Amino acid sequence: MSTPAIKIQDLEFQYPRQEGVCIKNFNLEISAGERFGLFGPNGAGKTTLMNLMTGLLKYTAGSIRLLDHEINDHPKSINTIFGFVPQDFSYYPELSARENLAFYGAWYRLDKQQIKNRSEELLEVLGLTSVGDRILKSFSGGMKRRVNLAIGVMHKPQVLFLDEPTVGVDVQSRHAIIHYLKKQNESGTTLIYTSHQLEEAAELCNKIALIDDGKIIAHDSLKVLLEKHGHEGMEGLFLELTGKRFRD
Amino acid sequence: MKEWKDYFWNSRVKDSGTDMHILKATIIKDSKILLRDRVGLFMMFFMPILLVIVITSVQNSTFELVNNNKISLIVFNKDKGPLGGHMIEAIRKIGLFKMQIEDSTLPVNDVSSAMYSKDALVAIVIPAQFTSFIQNQADEIATRALKDTDNIDAKSVIHMELPDSLLMYYHPVMQASFRQSVEGALRSSVQVIQGEAIVKKLYESVNQKEIPTDLEKQILFGQIPISEVPVSRSGSRTIPNASQHNVPAWTIFAMFFIVLSLGGTIVREKNSGSFIRLKTMPASYLHALFSKQFVYLMVTVLQATVIFVIGNKIFPFIGLPTLHLPKDIWALLIVTTVCGYCAVNYAICVGVYANTAEQSNGFGAISILIMAALGGLIVPSFAMPAHLQKVLQLSPLHWALEAYYGLFLEGGKLKDIWMNILSLLGITLLIQLFTLYGLKKKNLI
Repeated sequence: MSTPAIKIQDLEFQYPRQEGVCIKNFNLEISAGERFGLFGPNGAGKTTLMNLMTGLLKYTAGSIRLLDHEINDHPKSINTIFGFVPQDFSYYPELSARENLAFYGAWYRLDKQQIKNRSEELLEVLGLTSVGDRILKSFSGGMKRRVNLAIGVMHKPQVLFLDEPTVGVDVQSRHAIIHYLKKQNESGTTLIYTSHQLEEAAELCNKIALIDDGKIIAHDSLKVLLEKHGHEGMEGLFLELTGKRFRD
Repeated sequence: MKEWKDYFWNSRVKDSGTDMHILKATIIKDSKILLRDRVGLFMMFFMPILLVIVITSVQNSTFELVNNNKISLIVFNKDKGPLGGHMIEAIRKIGLFKMQIEDSTLPVNDVSSAMYSKDALVAIVIPAQFTSFIQNQADEIATRALKDTDNIDAKSVIHMELPDSLLMYYHPVMQASFRQSVEGALRSSVQVIQGEAIVKKLYESVNQKEIPTDLEKQILFGQIPISEVPVSRSGSRTIPNASQHNVPAWTIFAMFFIVLSLGGTIVREKNSGSFIRLKTMPASYLHALFSKQFVYLMVTVLQATVIFVIGNKIFPFIGLPTLHLPKDIWALLIVTTVCGYCAVNYAICVGVYANTAEQSNGFGAISILIMAALGGLIVPSFAMPAHLQKVLQLSPLHWALEAYYGLFLEGGKLKDIWMNILSLLGITLLIQLFTLYGLKKKNLI
């Protein structure tokens, strides 16, 4: 049996100075090579879980193992294994796409030649070669999203965390991003993805978990869950399991 | 398990980068962002230059007022005797005043309006009984001096009635120290007149004839001259000008004002997604801080260099005194670098602890003003009250100013100012420790 990409056991986490446990007795296993979707209403704990898996937050009890490395024990050394594409545009808008890729490539400890080759490869694949030297301030939303993604995969990560990677983009950019992510997955990268765009999730993910109030309320392949709950689409399933009340 | 580890180590892009490569890339990134921020550069270079020019011009006017320009003075002589005129002559000889003699019949109540209409800073009113009072005083003193005081008949002592005082009116804009200088000058004139009268009386009593004119002049104006010699470690006798005083002081202020740019940058980066991404990367945030230290240290050193060059080369062309650079240029470079390094670390510290750019800018600007005031940039440190004399040692601007003054005013060398440099480095180290504590506490490293 291969090592899981992520193995979470008896996880507990609570934000400082906030009442109530945010995540308690949380268990989850994501196999290597999966396209895993993490869904839930606002405040369900998706982003907290994502931050715990990427080492941005430290858990108080339990374990998160990323490719058999305990996250809390080796926060920096394991950062080469995974990539992270945050929901916010996480780059320097005063720099061009190439300059951003060069900077973040160095932070991923790539050498000059690797940075150059990988930057050109990613700009080409994501349709940004002709605008690679323009500063990002002048980019459209879709172009910015593609740069945001390119930075996260500069170092060819084995596990890629994506927090709403296509929010606010046009159909063409969404198509390019989803297509690229599927290609990455085919080459062995495990995708762990959150989004509120359920149709897109159904297209991309081969396994999902629905979470609410810091707990998993459903976890299986999308096909099995839809059959089990008698729904044709993910929205119906989502509303049945999480309810219709607002979570703002 | 093994197959995944092999897959991971063999297939991923080889980890061949070094910390130096990361640092270099970060320095390039920070430099490009800085150079593309035209407004930021304008604030960092043009505004400090403007500040130094304006402050030096203002202070130069004060220097010239005190050193070269004469103070406008109106005299109302209500005395009918000769000594009122002698008093006017004695004041003229001081050379401190541009004097106008006004109508002696003008009521005292109208003196202030006369001052405003004549744009005078000082006015004096010589009282009507001035001559008679001084002559009576001289008579009494001469009489007592020439007799055995034990045998003086009580009836022979003349009881003098004090005249109206010599009135000195001054414009409220005059600072206390300046006013006291003027008062001292007027008092010395009165003493000359009093001394002259006493000596004349004594001479006449002893010799039974009037005092010769040449002797009278010798008594009046034959004072021992006082030569002023500025103390200089280099032996130079150059009198420090407004530029020597103000350019180094306000250059320090400008360097520390980097907090407005750098502090805000740290906060923005800390609160932005780019910082979140950096935290998920296999390198320490300290690389980002080292890069900022380097880039902004270069900015502060360049700021100081530009200001000093302008002081030295451009000031004479815009009517300001030349800034004479110290002979020990290496010491100047070391002080500037250490001062800039301290300023950059202070800005980083403010940026680490502030949660918003507004907090960083507000606290940064006010704290620099307070440290400048404590450091002696606004009021000389020797003029501060005793309890502040100890507190000012906590201000890095104080040690930087002392070091610069050691070079610019005293003509010192590195060996003369090394204690100031060590103190500045000590404060920098404390700031760095405080910054590291903040980074740890906020889970930033």
